[in-house]
Amino acid sequence: MSTLTPLPVAVPLVMAALLVGLGPFVRRRVLDAVAIATAAAMTVLTLVLLAGADERPLVYWFGGWVPRDGVVVGIDFAVDTAGAALATLGALLMTAALVFTWRYFEAAGTLFHALMLVFLAALLGFCLTGDLFNLFVFFELLSVAAYALAGYRTENPGSIQGALNFAVTNSVGAFMVLSGIALLYGRTGSLNLAEIGRSLERGPADGLVVVAFVLLLAGFFVKAAVVPFHFWLADAYAVAPAPVCILLAGVVSELGLYAAARVYWTVFAGVLGDHAATLRGVLLGAAALTALLGALMCFLQVHLARLLAFATVSHVGLTLVGFALLEPAGLAGALLYLVADGLVKASLFVCVGVLQYRLGTIDERSLYGRGRGEPVTFGLLLLGGLALAGLPPFGTFLGKAMMEHAAGTAGHEWVAWLFVVASAVSAAAVLRVGLRVFAGWGPPPHGWTPPAAPEAPPEPEATPGTYATMLVPAAVLLATALGLGFVPGLAERAQAAADHFADRTGYAAAVLDGQAAGGPASTASPAAGHLPAAVPAALLTVGLAVALAAVPLRRGRGRGRRGAAIRAMLRATLALRRLHSGQVGDSITWLVVGTATLGGLLATLLR
Amino acid sequence: MRYLPHLVTIWLFAVGLYGIVTSRNLIHMVTCLAVVQSSTYVLLLTIGFRAGGTAPIFLDVPVGTPAVDPVVKALALTDVVVGATVSALLLALAVQAHKRHGTLDPEEFRALRG
Repeated sequence: MSTLTPLPVAVPLVMAALLVGLGPFVRRRVLDAVAIATAAAMTVLTLVLLAGADERPLVYWFGGWVPRDGVVVGIDFAVDTAGAALATLGALLMTAALVFTWRYFEAAGTLFHALMLVFLAALLGFCLTGDLFNLFVFFELLSVAAYALAGYRTENPGSIQGALNFAVTNSVGAFMVLSGIALLYGRTGSLNLAEIGRSLERGPADGLVVVAFVLLLAGFFVKAAVVPFHFWLADAYAVAPAPVCILLAGVVSELGLYAAARVYWTVFAGVLGDHAATLRGVLLGAAALTALLGALMCFLQVHLARLLAFATVSHVGLTLVGFALLEPAGLAGALLYLVADGLVKASLFVCVGVLQYRLGTIDERSLYGRGRGEPVTFGLLLLGGLALAGLPPFGTFLGKAMMEHAAGTAGHEWVAWLFVVASAVSAAAVLRVGLRVFAGWGPPPHGWTPPAAPEAPPEPEATPGTYATMLVPAAVLLATALGLGFVPGLAERAQAAADHFADRTGYAAAVLDGQAAGGPASTASPAAGHLPAAVPAALLTVGLAVALAAVPLRRGRGRGRRGAAIRAMLRATLALRRLHSGQVGDSITWLVVGTATLGGLLATLLR
Repeated sequence: MRYLPHLVTIWLFAVGLYGIVTSRNLIHMVTCLAVVQSSTYVLLLTIGFRAGGTAPIFLDVPVGTPAVDPVVKALALTDVVVGATVSALLLALAVQAHKRHGTLDPEEFRALRG
C-alpha cells in the first residue's frame, strides 16, 4: 500500500511533461482527455490512500532511507486520513475543473493543461508530505503554477494587476515560511516534521521557537487569506479563468489552514502546549475577524467572482475557528466543513463560469434578468447558496454543527452566533445574485433597458452539448456535498481522523520508529448525538440568509427613510472598500501589519 | 560579529519589503522581491556555517575534517531555483503589462478595487 504514496505526485508531473512535448502535434481534445484521465486516476488513487490510511499513517521513505534509532536521513511521505481527504478533494475538484474546461476555454493552449497537472502534483504532494522543507517546495510549486494560471488571460483588463498582487504577496509569505524553516533547522538540525517536534519538545519555548512559529503561521495565513493577509485574494479570483477559480476557492485557501494545523500539531504542540489557552484566544480573534469582514465584503460585491472570493475569506474564518480551538473535536468539524464547503464553493464557481461563457459578463448589474432561460444553473446556484448557509442535511451543516458543539464545550458559546451571522450574510449575497440574475427580481439597475427580443445564445457554437460538460461538474460537486451529509458514521470517522491528526506522539512513533501507535483515546463524545440540537441554529441561518437576500430586492428602495438609512450604511462601508485598493504595496503593508500584530501578541503573551 | 549575519538578514528583508511597498515601477518591484528573498539565502548560509570549516566535499581529506553543513547548501540552491522561477514569471507579467497598458507603474493599474 505505502508504495503507492509517491504516485499522486509523480504521475501528474510525468503527464504534464508529456503534454508539453505532445501538445503541438495532437488535437486539443486529446490533451483534454489525457488531462481528465490523469486527474480522475489521481482521484481514485487518493481514495485508495484514504481507505488505507484509516488505522495509522502510511509512511513511505524515498530511496528506502528508513530512519535508524529515530534519526532521520531521508525524506518521507506520511499520509493520514486528514491529508488523504484533502488530497482527494483536490483531485476531485481538478477533475471537475478540467471537464468544465472541455468547452469553456476554447483558447486554452497546451500549456494550460500542463500547468493544471503541475498544480495538481504540487497540491497532492503538499497534502501527503511529512517533511517541512518539502512542504515549502510544494507550496511554492503550487503557487507558481497558480500565478501563471491566474494571469493566463492577459487580454482581460486587470488580469496582470491581479496576478501580480497574487504573486508578490504569496512570495513574501513563502519567504517567511522559509525563514521559519531555517530557524527550526538551526535549532533542531532536522527538516522532518516528526523529528523537529520531538527535538523541540526537549527544549524551552524560547524566543527562537516563538519567532519561527510566527513566521510559519503568518506565511501559511497569507495562503489561507486570513484577515489581514487576504488582500490579494479577491484580485486573483477576479481575474483567474473560471476553471482555475474552482481550484483556488475550493481547495487552495484550505491548504494554507491545513499546513498551519499540520505544523502546529506535529512540531509546536509539544513545546507550546502550556500556552494553548493564550494561543486559542489569538487564533479565535483572527478567525472571528476573518469570518465577519469576509461576509460583509462579500455582501457588498457586484462582481460575482469577487463576491465568491470574499465568501471564501469568510468561510476560511469559520474553518479557522475549528482549528483555533486546538482540540480534536473542533478539528474534526473543521475537516468536514472544509471538504463540504470546498465542494459547494467549487460548484458555485462553475455556475459563475457558465454565466461568463453564455452571457459574456459576470457583473451582477449588467446580468439583471438575463439568466431567465437557464433554470438548471439557477437551481444549482440557489441550492449552492442554501448549502453555504448550512442547510441540513448538506455536509456543511454537519461540519458547522460539530464545530459549534466543540466551541460550546470549550466555553466559547459566542461562536454559534458568529456562525449564524457570517454564513447567513455570505449566503444571502449568493441568493440575492441568483434571484436578481435568473429571476429578474428587485429594481432594475440604473441605465438598464429591457431586452428588445428574446435573447439568442451569444455564441453560435453553444450547442446543448457544451452545456452538459459545464453543468454536470457543478451538479456532481453539489450532490457530493449533499451526499456527505448522508454518509453513515461520517462524523465519527472525522472525529477519529482528527484524533489521529492531533496525536503528536503517535504520529512521531509511526514516522520515526515505524511503530503502530496504540491509537489515541477518542477525546470527544460521539458527534452524531448532538446534531438535532444544531438544527434550529441552521434553520435560523437559512432564514436570515433569505431575509437578507430580500432586502436589496425590495422595490421602492432608495426612497424614504429606509432608503436614507441604507445609503448611510453604504457610505460607512465605503472606507472598508477603499482599503481593498488592489495595489501590491497596500497588501504587503497589511501583511507586515498582520505579522507584526501576530508576533507582538504572541511574544508578549507566550512568556 | 556573531550577530552580524542575522542583522544583515533582517536588514535585507525589511529594506526589500520597503522597496516593494513604495515601488512605482514593476521591474524595480520584482528586484525588491529578489532582495527579500536574498535575506533567506543569508539566513540559511549563516545557520549552516562552521568556523574553520571547508566546503563539504569529502574527497582526499582526512576523516573528521570540519566542514560547513551541506544540507543548507541544498536548501539555498532550491531556494535560488524558486526565486529564478518567480522572478522570470513576474518579469514576463511586467512585459505584458507594458504591452497592454503602456506603463510599468503599478499605481496606474486601477481595474481592481473594492
